[in-house]
Amino acid sequence: MNAISPDITFDLADTALRELNAALHAATGESNARRWRVLNPNGRHAVAVGINAPLTVEIEGHVGYYCAGMNAEASVIIHGNAGVGLAENMMSGFVHVRGDASQAAGATGHGGLLVIDGNASARCGISMKGIDIVVKGSVGHMSAFMGQSGSLVVLGDAGEALGDSLYEAKLFVRGSVKSLGADCIEKEMRDEHKVLLAEKLKAAGLEGTVDVAAFKRYGSARQLYNFHVDNASAY
Amino acid sequence: MCGIVGLFLKDPKLEGELGAMLASMLCVMTDRGPDSAGFAVYGSGAKDKVKLSLRATASYDFEALAAGLSLPAAGLPGLVVRGTHAIVEIPAARETAVRAFLVERHPEVAIVGTGERMEIFKEVGLPASVAETFGLPSMRGTHGIGHTRMATESAVTTAGAHPFSTGADQCLVHNGSLSNHNALRRALKREGITIETDNDSEVAAGYLTWRMKQGASLGEALDAGLKDLDGFFTFVVGTENGFGVLRDPIACKPAVMAETDQYVAFGSEYRALVDLPGIAKARVFEPEPATVYFWERAQ
Repeated sequence: MNAISPDITFDLADTALRELNAALHAATGESNARRWRVLNPNGRHAVAVGINAPLTVEIEGHVGYYCAGMNAEASVIIHGNAGVGLAENMMSGFVHVRGDASQAAGATGHGGLLVIDGNASARCGISMKGIDIVVKGSVGHMSAFMGQSGSLVVLGDAGEALGDSLYEAKLFVRGSVKSLGADCIEKEMRDEHKVLLAEKLKAAGLEGTVDVAAFKRYGSARQLYNFHVDNASAY
Repeated sequence: MCGIVGLFLKDPKLEGELGAMLASMLCVMTDRGPDSAGFAVYGSGAKDKVKLSLRATASYDFEALAAGLSLPAAGLPGLVVRGTHAIVEIPAARETAVRAFLVERHPEVAIVGTGERMEIFKEVGLPASVAETFGLPSMRGTHGIGHTRMATESAVTTAGAHPFSTGADQCLVHNGSLSNHNALRRALKREGITIETDNDSEVAAGYLTWRMKQGASLGEALDAGLKDLDGFFTFVVGTENGFGVLRDPIACKPAVMAETDQYVAFGSEYRALVDLPGIAKARVFEPEPATVYFWERAQ
């Protein structure tokens, strides 16, 4: 009956954060202890960073900076808000914040899925490198700045300079976009993009609740990052 | 880095706890600013009186100073000495004369702030020791703001500690750094604004004072600052009735707010707010960049 995993509970009111993180780093996910609960995070920074195993970690409350940073394979669910740099440099796995996320959520992420139930502040998905981010609310300014690959799906609105200096990250916004950043343009939503968007929405648990036709697609105009021989003298 | 906290009480039942709550918030922000700390508390006051927040050296004889300010008709001014600071309460009608007297006869004493209810205290050292020295935990009031400083633009001195006064019952704390403060300081001095230190935040305070002297409201002055102040800032300004918040358009410096039926609280990080009553059920949010917010009680 290995499928029924016992809970491991860490109460950060009386346990040092480093004990929690060390225990998470030591866990392989192969034992029964796959389901972890963290109580009283109280805005602490670096909660559940650097996990490298298929664990499930549920955090009961608001967290500070860099929660679930560098995550690989684990599912981290935050029942609260998250501070700056949520799931920063995530490699794989799943991070879900039930409230809002502060700036630079999903920054530099290489893979995995980040779902934000509320709003994300500025620079959501900055320099993203393969992560998929679904924001049910709105995102702040400079989101997906220099995004290289992966996707950012926003059900609400986007702030100023969306996708500035964008490479090949794919951006979908259902609401308004305050302004587009340098070299970011609206692009045609073809069937293949609708299929891709539907996949991301499904992965975020939104299948059948959101109409993919309501979104607009934004991407790189590819004028900034491609080398043009005409510009050789400028280098 | 620097840490900012602010607390505005909606529920008068908490007024006796204001100092203790603010002290706790301030101490959590120690690792954002271990160099110096300061705070402004809005406590009791009388319509026809003015409180001068004065600062001098350790064991300065404030009683002798107060005696020198007495009038045959009015008697000794109110005096509360707390460490290197003293709050002197005088008839409002005498403020100009007393200020001139202090400047001329007591250059060793700095006037940190004035107002009907505002008291400002600030000193070099860890926030816990600053709060303790001035007895912050036992202070009562309707609202207060505080600052922990990690110095970047000027030296670690008491004069460089925050808050900075911007006018009667008004003060400013700043997290960030301004890059055009030298040019702006020169311009403000030409306009007759007194700026005493090399500190960039004092220039921001002087800028707001200058704008308001020209007739702008505090909100308008803050709005104008978005154009004229080059650099990073999260400002919290204390006012007679509450406090205001402004972040630069890039939102370089953090800010978290929490609101319940009992209070509105500000912290550079959520950590600063976790000991507040009922915080688990508070509405927690980030103020938008380049947007002036005020939380004030109706006049």
